Amino acid sequence: MSAPRTRHFFASPLDFESGRVELSHGSGGRAMAQLIEELFATAFRNPWLDQRNDQACLELPAGRVAMTTDSYVVSPLFFPGGNIGSLAVHGTVNDLAMAGARPLHLSVGFILEAGFPLADLRRIVMSMATAARAANVTIVTGDTKVVERGKGDGVFVNTTGIGVIPDGVQLSGDRARPGDLILLSGSMGDHGVAVMSQRAGLEFETTLQSDSAALHELVAAMVAAAPGLRCLRDPTRGGLATTLNEIAVQSGVGMVLREAAIPIKPEVAAACELLGLDPLYVANEGKLIAICPPEDTERVLAAMHVHPLGAAAAVIGTVREDPHRFVTMETTFGGNRLVDWLSGEQLPRIC
Amino acid sequence: MKYIDEFRDGAAARGLARQIVQETRSDREYRLMEFCGGHTHAIYRYGVPDLLPPGVRMIHGPGCPVCVLPIGRLNMALELVARPQVTLCSYGDMLRVPGSGGQSLLKAKAAGVDIRMIYSAADALALAQRHPDREVVFFAIGFETTTPPTALVIQRAAELDLLNFSVFCNHVLTPAAIAHLLAAPEARALDAVPIDGFLGPAHVSVVIGSRPYEGFARDHRKPVVISGFEPLDVLQSILMLIRQLNEGRAEVENQYTRAVTRDGNLKAQRLMAEIFEPRPMFEWRGLGLIPHSALTIREPYARFDAERRFPLTYQAASEHRACQCGAILRGVKKPTDCKLFDVVCTPENPLGSCMVSSEGACAAYYRYGRYQGAA
Repeated sequence: MSAPRTRHFFASPLDFESGRVELSHGSGGRAMAQLIEELFATAFRNPWLDQRNDQACLELPAGRVAMTTDSYVVSPLFFPGGNIGSLAVHGTVNDLAMAGARPLHLSVGFILEAGFPLADLRRIVMSMATAARAANVTIVTGDTKVVERGKGDGVFVNTTGIGVIPDGVQLSGDRARPGDLILLSGSMGDHGVAVMSQRAGLEFETTLQSDSAALHELVAAMVAAAPGLRCLRDPTRGGLATTLNEIAVQSGVGMVLREAAIPIKPEVAAACELLGLDPLYVANEGKLIAICPPEDTERVLAAMHVHPLGAAAAVIGTVREDPHRFVTMETTFGGNRLVDWLSGEQLPRIC
Repeated sequence: MKYIDEFRDGAAARGLARQIVQETRSDREYRLMEFCGGHTHAIYRYGVPDLLPPGVRMIHGPGCPVCVLPIGRLNMALELVARPQVTLCSYGDMLRVPGSGGQSLLKAKAAGVDIRMIYSAADALALAQRHPDREVVFFAIGFETTTPPTALVIQRAAELDLLNFSVFCNHVLTPAAIAHLLAAPEARALDAVPIDGFLGPAHVSVVIGSRPYEGFARDHRKPVVISGFEPLDVLQSILMLIRQLNEGRAEVENQYTRAVTRDGNLKAQRLMAEIFEPRPMFEWRGLGLIPHSALTIREPYARFDAERRFPLTYQAASEHRACQCGAILRGVKKPTDCKLFDVVCTPENPLGSCMVSSEGACAAYYRYGRYQGAA
């Protein structure tokens, strides 16, 4: 006959058209219960959340467990190709995937600013739910806090993830060896430039979309093709340049890149030219770097090329011995230069 | 990317490099100063030195606006922001330059002072319009390239009768600095660097034209080639300088013909002349006091001059004792000659301005060229 009785537990349903986040939505009382009920539990629905406990009790498949956490403060919250919600799923899924793990479960923490439109919050939560379903992970526990107006910036999101690493897979940043090849899954700088195109004071028109995507399926295909793969890492903040320097230091090696081999879209190159940025330092959210022994490279590249997220994969350089652990690059111009760590803040709040 | 990649083409670069090698005489050196930090940056970012024969030496000039601003001027900005009603708008690079006592605008900002990083002079004007309750001050720095936009916002502020907007003007003049480098080497006999020719500024010359360089090319017998900022521009300009030197010519040649004319942008020059006039004297970091080398705001626009509005007075301040920015800006020393370089002075913790600005010689060496010294 009528709607289920729980519906009437709250005086009236949340107004997702013109309502706003209030301090009471984080107070632990009835308003918070309503927000959880009508938004989070509905969007993320799964057996663990349905139990309405303060924790999720999980049974994990056998194997080593990978765990990671990341907080998302991207500004603006919505950008071409995604928003803070989808980003918070992809980013954490990718951090698990870079260990070769199959991502299983996520937790999510929201810090909301009073006055934030519920319509925007729902858009963010819905895209989180969609991204999680697509990546085959469940959001099994969560938390919501509300801070006074002016003490936050709309929404901050934290996600923590766990996944299981298949037997025999051993990926780590300290395993790069001289002679290994450096592979890149696709074009550099798309996410950073897409976000920047929406920034107050910088707005410029572009058809470019963020590359934000979950990479674990691509990783599974690569690991299956070559279990001897040494290291995977996604070049997020600090971009390709900084990520390669991290690996060089961890492994105690140097690297030589070929600039001509690094894929960069013309729109990204043009925007970077205009803003005085170097695309090698601009953030990515759906790309990975792989360090691969030379004998496995063909197989890994072939596996990448048949996956949509690795279609443009290329060998961009080699690992070499270098006590200084420098990453250098043969420029398209015919000279050489150092590719240093990012210094300072090139683009604050990019993820 | 159309109109960009063509100027970074590797095959064309190899062709030019071959020609440079062929035409370089083995019995002499070619000591060429690239005036602009923009050129220094391009030279290292694209690895241009790898393409030059050993007899061709590039000397880095003082053309980096952040680098040449003396600590005393930065201290004035720090004094400004100590006033609670002031919002200071600055280009990003300037925020990290250390002032006296280790203070910087970035540290002041972290301590809660109202400092905004902006991308153009127009942003500062817009901020003043949005916040009539704040005293918005634009920290204007730069050579002739960035001067016309500053002139434009002052003119606009006058039209709008905007009472809460002013400019802390630090605009400097390129020809005065080049003349200073060439003139009176005897006064610094121990400290003078022999320069055979100049790579002239690209963007500055779009505004002022190539004519202002003709005087010192003639009087000092130094060839000048105005060069674009792309790496092929730089290589071609180096070849043009080598040819002039081989033929005993000392002319102003224009490699950057796609943007620079002999007379420059007359409209921009008129605008600058309406708003600004030369200061009798201005201190440059590394170069010292140079007469008529900087601009101040003319009397009819005095109400938009932050120095008179607040008022502020300049006091010379001393640099870090071991910092070699001064000698580096004069072309006397290389960044790697400085004891602080890559030891305590890094882009994360810059002690001198040349390590801060992306156009600074130390930053260019650190970011792109450091591996060579270590090899």
